[in-house]
Amino acid sequence: MFRTTIKGWLAGAALLALTASGACAEVVFNRGNSADPESLDPHKTSTTYEANILRDLFMGLMVQNAKAEVEPGAAESYSVSPDGKTYTFKMRQGALWSDGTPVTADDFVFSWRRLVDPATAAEYAYMLAPVVNAEDITAGKKKPEELGVRAVDPGTFEVTLNAATPYFLEMLTHQSTYALSKPNVEKFGADFVKPGNLVSNGAYVLKEFIPNDHITAVRNDKFYDAANVKIDVVDFIPTEDRSTAMKRFEAGELDSNDDLPTEQLADLKAKFGDQIHIGPYLGTYYYAFKLDKAPWDNVRLRHAVSMAIDRDYLAEKVWQNTMLPAYSFVPPGISGYQPRPAVYASQSQLDREDEARKILTELGYGPDKPLKMEIRFNTSENHKNTAVAIQEQLKPLGIEVTLLNTDTKTHYAHLEQHGDFDIARAGWIADYKDPENFLALCKTGTGNNYSGYSDKDYDRLMGEAAAAATPDARMLALSDAEAIGVARDLCVVPLLFYSYHNLVSSRIKGWEQNVMDVHPTRYLTKE
Amino acid sequence: MRVAAVMARYVLKRLLSAIPTLFVIVTLAFFLMRVAPGGPFNQEKGLNPVIKANLERVFHLDQPLWKQYLIYLNNLIHGDFGPSYNLPDFTVAELFSSGLPISIQLGGAALVLALLLGGLLGIFAALHQNRAGDYTVIAAATAGSTIPTFVIAPLFQLFFALTLKWLPVGGWGDGALVNKIGPVLTLMLPQLAIVARLLRGSMIESLRSHHIRTARALGLSDFSVVFRHALRGAVLPVISYAGPAAAALLTGSIIVETIFSIPGVGRYFVEAALNRDYTLVMGTVVVIAIFTIVFNLIVDVLYAVVDPRVRYD
Amino acid sequence: MSPATVGRSLWADAAARLRANRLAMVSLYYLVFMALLCIAGPWYAPHDFSTIYEDYTRVPPSLSAYPKADRIGEAVADAARRARLDVTGWEERDGRVFISLAATKPIDPRVTRYFDRSDVFDSAQVEGQSSDGRSLTLSAGIQRTYFFFGTDSTGRDLLTRTLVAGRVSLSIGLLAGLVAVVIGVLYGAVSGFAGGRTDEIMMRIVDVLYSLPFIFFVIMLVVFFGRNFVLMFLAVGAVLWLDMARIVRGQALSIKRQEYVQAAEALGVGPAGILLRHVVPNLLGPVIIYMTLLVPQVIILESFLSFLGLGVQEPMSSWGVLIAQGAKNIPSATWLLVFPSFFLTTTLFALNFLGDGLRDAMDPKDR
Repeated sequence: MFRTTIKGWLAGAALLALTASGACAEVVFNRGNSADPESLDPHKTSTTYEANILRDLFMGLMVQNAKAEVEPGAAESYSVSPDGKTYTFKMRQGALWSDGTPVTADDFVFSWRRLVDPATAAEYAYMLAPVVNAEDITAGKKKPEELGVRAVDPGTFEVTLNAATPYFLEMLTHQSTYALSKPNVEKFGADFVKPGNLVSNGAYVLKEFIPNDHITAVRNDKFYDAANVKIDVVDFIPTEDRSTAMKRFEAGELDSNDDLPTEQLADLKAKFGDQIHIGPYLGTYYYAFKLDKAPWDNVRLRHAVSMAIDRDYLAEKVWQNTMLPAYSFVPPGISGYQPRPAVYASQSQLDREDEARKILTELGYGPDKPLKMEIRFNTSENHKNTAVAIQEQLKPLGIEVTLLNTDTKTHYAHLEQHGDFDIARAGWIADYKDPENFLALCKTGTGNNYSGYSDKDYDRLMGEAAAAATPDARMLALSDAEAIGVARDLCVVPLLFYSYHNLVSSRIKGWEQNVMDVHPTRYLTKE
Repeated sequence: MRVAAVMARYVLKRLLSAIPTLFVIVTLAFFLMRVAPGGPFNQEKGLNPVIKANLERVFHLDQPLWKQYLIYLNNLIHGDFGPSYNLPDFTVAELFSSGLPISIQLGGAALVLALLLGGLLGIFAALHQNRAGDYTVIAAATAGSTIPTFVIAPLFQLFFALTLKWLPVGGWGDGALVNKIGPVLTLMLPQLAIVARLLRGSMIESLRSHHIRTARALGLSDFSVVFRHALRGAVLPVISYAGPAAAALLTGSIIVETIFSIPGVGRYFVEAALNRDYTLVMGTVVVIAIFTIVFNLIVDVLYAVVDPRVRYD
Repeated sequence: MSPATVGRSLWADAAARLRANRLAMVSLYYLVFMALLCIAGPWYAPHDFSTIYEDYTRVPPSLSAYPKADRIGEAVADAARRARLDVTGWEERDGRVFISLAATKPIDPRVTRYFDRSDVFDSAQVEGQSSDGRSLTLSAGIQRTYFFFGTDSTGRDLLTRTLVAGRVSLSIGLLAGLVAVVIGVLYGAVSGFAGGRTDEIMMRIVDVLYSLPFIFFVIMLVVFFGRNFVLMFLAVGAVLWLDMARIVRGQALSIKRQEYVQAAEALGVGPAGILLRHVVPNLLGPVIIYMTLLVPQVIILESFLSFLGLGVQEPMSSWGVLIAQGAKNIPSATWLLVFPSFFLTTTLFALNFLGDGLRDAMDPKDR
C-alpha cells in the first residue's frame, strides 16, 4: 500500500520520471554520466563527460556510429585532393538546426574560426592544428579569418591542411570541431548555451540543465534522421559517487552508468551479470621518472625498477581485471600500428626480477646503500592501491619506497612546473585513434612531457612521421620512435592500459562495445 | 523599552561592523587561495602553453595579483561574483541561486528537527540522570555523533531504498518529499546528538541551581519548572553551538549531497577549492561569511533574551 | 582553611564521585585497555600492517586458517598461470600438495619460486622432471595463515591495520582535542569575561576564521611546512577551537554577572584570579561535554585531511580512513566497515560516558 503512495509521489515529479512508470508514454533514458559537463559550448569542452552529451546534441561533419566507425554526418560526402591536403565536404541536404534553419558551410567556417581564436581560449584548439594557419592563429600571430577553411557556397565546405593527415576525418568526430549556429551565437552572446537558447543540429536538443542534478535533452524533430531516433528523452545524471550510482541503477533510477567502483567488481558481476561491459580503451596509465635527477638519469636503473613491477598483479588484483598490463605506451587496437613493447614484456616476472636484482647490485645498491624512491600520485583510491602494491613489490629488492599523495591540482601543477620528484603517476586517454596522440608526450619540450625527456633521434623520427608520404611510412616512423623513447629510454613507464567499464541495463538495446567507448543515444532503444 | 533601544543599537552596530569584517575575510581568502599551488587549468591532460596563456588572459590571470584583487573587489562591490572557471556556462551567482535554496531547505529542516528532538532528549536524560533512561538516550546520541555521515548515508540507502523500497536512492526529484527524507535525517543525526548531550549537561547544572530549587520549593509544577525556568538557564551552550552549526548546515554538506545526488551548494565548498575555481571559492567564502556573521549576531541577541544578565554596552 | 587544602579536597571530592560512577569507571578502564591494545597489539599481531598477501585480497574474517579447501586448487592454477605452465593434476597428501605441470618447452626448475611466492604455499621443491624437461612434478607445503578480521582490498591484514590505525586516531583525537580545548577555552573565556570592545574584536576574528576556506589553509600548511603528524594536529586543532571558543564565551558572558563573581570583584580579586578561580571552573561542564563531542569530529576531519594528502600517508592508516574505505565497500565487504567502526564507536562511547561522569563529578553546584 505504502509503496503505491510513494510511486504516486514520484509520478508527481513527472519531469524526471525516475521510475519510468510515469503516466506519459515517452521513452526516457536515464543515463549516468560520471560528472557534469564543464560547459555545453562544444568549443570550451575537453572531457569525455561532455563528449557523451554533445554527441547527442550536435553532429560534426563526420560522426561515429554505434560501433564508433566514422561516417558522414553534417557532411553528406567528401572528396580529398590527390596530395591529401584539401578536403571538400558537401553539406547534407535537409540537415537543419533545431530552429529550422539549414546547416551551412558558413556555420562551420564561423565555428572553426571561433575554435582557434585566442579570445575563445579553447582547450582543444589544437584539434584543428593540421589546418593551415590554425596554430599561428591560436598563438595570436595571425587573424582567425586566415584559417584554411572556406565556404565555396552554402553547401560546400573546403578545408586546406598543412600536410596529409590520415586521422583528420577521425578528428572531425570530436566535439570541438562541431558547428554552432552563427546567428544564434551572435544573438545571445555568452548566454547561447542556456536551455531554450541553445540551437543544435544533433538528434537531441537541450531542454533543461540543473547543475549537479540533471541535463534533459529531448528528441530534435528537425533532425534529418529523426524518424529513426527511438528514445524520446535523455536525462544525463551526474554520478560522482560511484557507490550511489550502483544503488540507483539497482533501484531502476538509472539505465546506464559509465563507471563502476572497480574494487567491488566481483560482487557487481554477481549482481548485474552481463549488464556490465568491460573492454579495452585507448588510454595508458603510466609512471614517469624525473630524468634530469640522479639517480634516475641512469637508464639501466629505470629499467630495473620497471622490471620489478609486477603488472599482472596490478591488473588482476588491484584493478580487478578492469585494466590490462602495459609494456608499451601506445595501446593495442590502432589499425596499422605495431606497438613496440620493452624487451622484457615477453619474459617471465621471475626473470625480470632476477635481471633487476643484477642491475641494482651492479650499480652498487644493496642493504648498505638502499635505493630510495618516492612515488607521487594524485588522490584516488585506485591510484593509492596501485602505489601501495608497487611499494610492496619493490621491497624485496631492497628498494625503499615512500608514498606521497596530493590533490589533483597540486599534483599536476607540480609536474607541469617540473618540480622535484622521483617518480610520478599520470595517465593519457587518446582524443582520437592515432599513436601520435600518445607519442607526442615524449617530444622535447611538450607540456605533458613530465619526465623532461629529450632525445634527438626521437624528435627526428616524430618529425619524419609528420612529413611521411604514405600512412605506412608514417606508422613505421612512429613505431621506431616508440622503440627508442619508450622501450629503450623509458620516457614513461607504461603500467596499465585503461579499459572502459559500463553498466548498461538489459532493457537498453543497441549498445555496441567499442574501443572509443562511444555510444550515441540515437542508435539505442529502450524496452 | 530602554532595553529594546539598546538592543536595536547593538544590532545596528554589529551589522555595520559586518562590512569591515567581510572585507577582511574577502581579502585574506583571496590571497590565501592564491598561495596554494596549482591553478584552475592544471589537469591530467595538461594544456599546451599557448592555450593556457590564452585561457589565463581571458580570465585576467595574467595580470599582477594585486590588480586581479582590485578587479575582483570592484566587481564584488557591484554585485558581480564573476563566472565560474570550471563551469563557464554559469556565473557564481547563478550556481548559488539554484543550489542554495535546496541546501537551506534540507539544512533548515535538519536544524529545526535536531534542536527540537535533541532538546527533548537532552531534557529527558537530565531528568533521569544516571538512570536507565539517561543511559539509553546518551547511548543513542553517542551512536548518532560517532558514526560518520559517510557511513550512515549509504546504510540508509541500502535499507530504505533497496531493501524496503520506500524511498528513492538519491536525486532531488524536483523537491519531492521522499527525496528529502534521507538527506534531512542524515544531516540531522549528528547535530541531534550534540544538542542532546550539551543540553543534558547544562540542564543537570541548571536543575540544581538555587532558583530552581526555590521554584520547586514554592510548589511550581514540574512542567513549568523544567520548561520555564530550568531550560532558560540551561540553553546557553546549545545556543552558542547552534549559531555556527546553523551556518554550516544551511550551506550544505558535501558528503550528504554527493551520496544522495542532491544539487545543493555544499559540494562547492570542497570542489571549488580542489578545482582551484577561484571565483567560485570566493563565492563560497562570501556566502559562509554572511551566514556566520548573521547567525553569530542572532546568537548574541538570544543570549540577552534568555539570560537578562548578559548585557552589551 | 588554606587555599591548598580547599583545592585538594575539591579534586579529591571529584575523584571520589567519579570512582562511585560505575559506568564512568568501566569506560575509563576500557579506554586504557584500548590504548594499550593499539600500542602493544601490533607487536604481537600475526602480520605486519603493510604486508600484502597477494592471494588473499578481500578475504572475509575467519577464525579458522586460510587457505580454505577450495582455494588451494585456485592457488595452484594461479601460480601455474603466472609461470605460464599447464597443470596436469594436483593432489594434497600429508599437508603438502603435489603438482604436475606441463609445457611445450623444457621447464625451468626455478618455477618453484612461483609457488614459494604464493601466500598459499611454501618450501616448494622439484620432485621429478621428465627426460625431455617438458613435464615436471613439484611439491609444496601449505602455509596456514589467520585473518581474524579479514583482509582489505590490497590484501593486508585488517586486524593489524585496525590496531595501528588506532594509534594514529587516538593520538590525534587526544592531542588535537586538547589543542582545541586549550585555545578555545582561554580565548573564549578572555573574550566573554573582558566583554566590550575586546570581546567585539576577538569575536570578529573568530567570524573571519570561520569563513576562510579550510582546504586552502591546509594546502598552504603543507606547502610551507611539508607534511608531518604534528602539523596535522595543529591544522585540526586550529579549526575546531572556534566552536569551543564561542561556547565558552557564551558561558563567560553569563557567569561574569553572577553574584559570586561580582562579590569576588568587590573583594578586589584581580581579573586573572577571577578568570582562573571562578569563571573557568564554572565553565567545565559544557567544556567537558563539548570536548567529548569534539573527538569524533577530529577523527573524521582527519580522514578528510588524509584524503587531501595532509593526513597519514599509506601504508599507515587511521580509523577514519579505514572507515571511509569500508563505507565505500558496503554491501560487499562489510567487514572492512564493521571492525574499524566497532573500535572507533566503542572508544567514543567510553569517552562520552567518561565525559558525562567527569562533568557530573566536577559539577560545582554538586559540592
